Amino acid sequence: MNTSPDLFLLLGAVAAILVVATVIGQALRLRYSPDGANAVIENLNARILSWWGMVILLGLAFVAGRGGVIVLFALCSFAALREFLTLTNTTRADHWALVASFFGVLPVQYWLVWTDWYGLYAIFIPVYAFLLLPIISALRGSTDSFLARVSETQWALMIAVFCVSHVPALLTLQIPGFEGRNVLLIAWLVFVVQLSDVLQYTWGKLFGRHPVAPSLSPSKTWEGLIGGVLSATLAGASLWWITPFTFEQALGMGLIITLMGFCGGLVMSAIKRDRGVKDWGHLIEGHGGFIDRLDSVMFAAPIFFHVVRYGWSTV
Amino acid sequence: MSAATDQSSERPGARSPRLAAVLAWLLRHAILIFARFVTAVRPVWAGTAPIPTQRIYFANHSSNGDFVLIWTVLPATLRSATRPVAASDYWLTSQLRAFIGREVFNAVLIDRRPEMRTEDPVALMTGALDQGSSLIIFPEGKRNSGPEQLLPFKSGLYHMAVARPDIDLVPVYIRNLNRVMPKGEVIPVPLICSVIFGEAMHLSPGETKDDFLSRARQALLDTSKAS
Repeated sequence: MNTSPDLFLLLGAVAAILVVATVIGQALRLRYSPDGANAVIENLNARILSWWGMVILLGLAFVAGRGGVIVLFALCSFAALREFLTLTNTTRADHWALVASFFGVLPVQYWLVWTDWYGLYAIFIPVYAFLLLPIISALRGSTDSFLARVSETQWALMIAVFCVSHVPALLTLQIPGFEGRNVLLIAWLVFVVQLSDVLQYTWGKLFGRHPVAPSLSPSKTWEGLIGGVLSATLAGASLWWITPFTFEQALGMGLIITLMGFCGGLVMSAIKRDRGVKDWGHLIEGHGGFIDRLDSVMFAAPIFFHVVRYGWSTV
Repeated sequence: MSAATDQSSERPGARSPRLAAVLAWLLRHAILIFARFVTAVRPVWAGTAPIPTQRIYFANHSSNGDFVLIWTVLPATLRSATRPVAASDYWLTSQLRAFIGREVFNAVLIDRRPEMRTEDPVALMTGALDQGSSLIIFPEGKRNSGPEQLLPFKSGLYHMAVARPDIDLVPVYIRNLNRVMPKGEVIPVPLICSVIFGEAMHLSPGETKDDFLSRARQALLDTSKAS
């Protein structure tokens, strides 16, 4: 892949942000939590450390090119699907449908993205998996909570595989004047959405008073939402020159993806609440599971993909 | 030449113990990596700490992967000193199983069929303890694939508690593995599992066999509720 200098500029900027965050985190620790007793500060530092790991992995995938990006997001889908299905009511009767989801549907979806087969990857899970997997479950003959079980499996595939696969699918778009730089679309999307998450957290911790949905998530406040969405959108718009968008267009796009990202967090919180868990998993220190970190990207990516495809791409 | 080949077909690794050891090491680590890939298994040290004291871990049993998961979450130093107790009437039925049971897992193999036994299971287990090993046992006696959370316990755990009263008996609840690989299925479904270590227990003075076994079973049920 033609990795443009803009990509390294963005990665360098993110690294600089992380250096500042690391210094602040360690200073807070020295000042307020030298014995590691302050849970908020410990969690903040764990989060920052995990951010380093995630940024390095993503940077390596970008440099490795299309194959690297597809493999990285396929692995994220695998981990997310594993987390999601752990919390569902699937039974023995769904065993083969689940085996088919992990070892059939997931690799096929990413293979379709790899081969640039838009006509099939856009409908493979919503049409083919949707119709075929319930048949496999039905053939086992158990009808207990059948509708709930097959719906949960389909939802898991949509959110963990279909939605996530739209991040690497951005590489298949063909935008006149932007050839060879599609990886910047991914970098911009992930940067703006994740920055919005971080800034919502920061604004919320500093000024949050009024919860948006107290029964879902007490930590999501109007102050955090407005402050985070607006500041991340502005940051995204100021990076318009690495995207195919004008400044105004980047502003609009930033607003769309940060709002979708917020709503993704809200919906996924509702599911966690319903299942009585705090986090989706435990593999990303300080953050929880893969879905905890990716929920905003999952909701933003397909919409971003289709808006860009409709408005800028020639295929 | 042919004699050597015959011998090795009787007991894999007999021809070259060193090669067998290397193979066993590779296979062991491949199995541990595979277990992490499928289950992302997480230890919950709810009632005990991962420290090198001699213990008998007793766990629920729903899958052949059960003790692999316990093994996976034990720190390496504890793992190498911890041996699973497994059924010889299962693990010695084929050459591959025998190699995995003996060389890879270093299992203490006992025969579940009293009429076929040549060695007393309790003597085999106390022998392993006296060599310094910790043990993993499944007191339900067989894999549980029914709706009951735990089957009634067999008496082996009680006999061990009587024979070696000082050793910590640690309840270990393996959560979700029954969904990963239900009995009879061959391909595992990746789901997140946890292994919960409860509070150590011992035989109380004057406690009857039935009282002890139901107390141990209850301790394992309580462990399953920790998060």
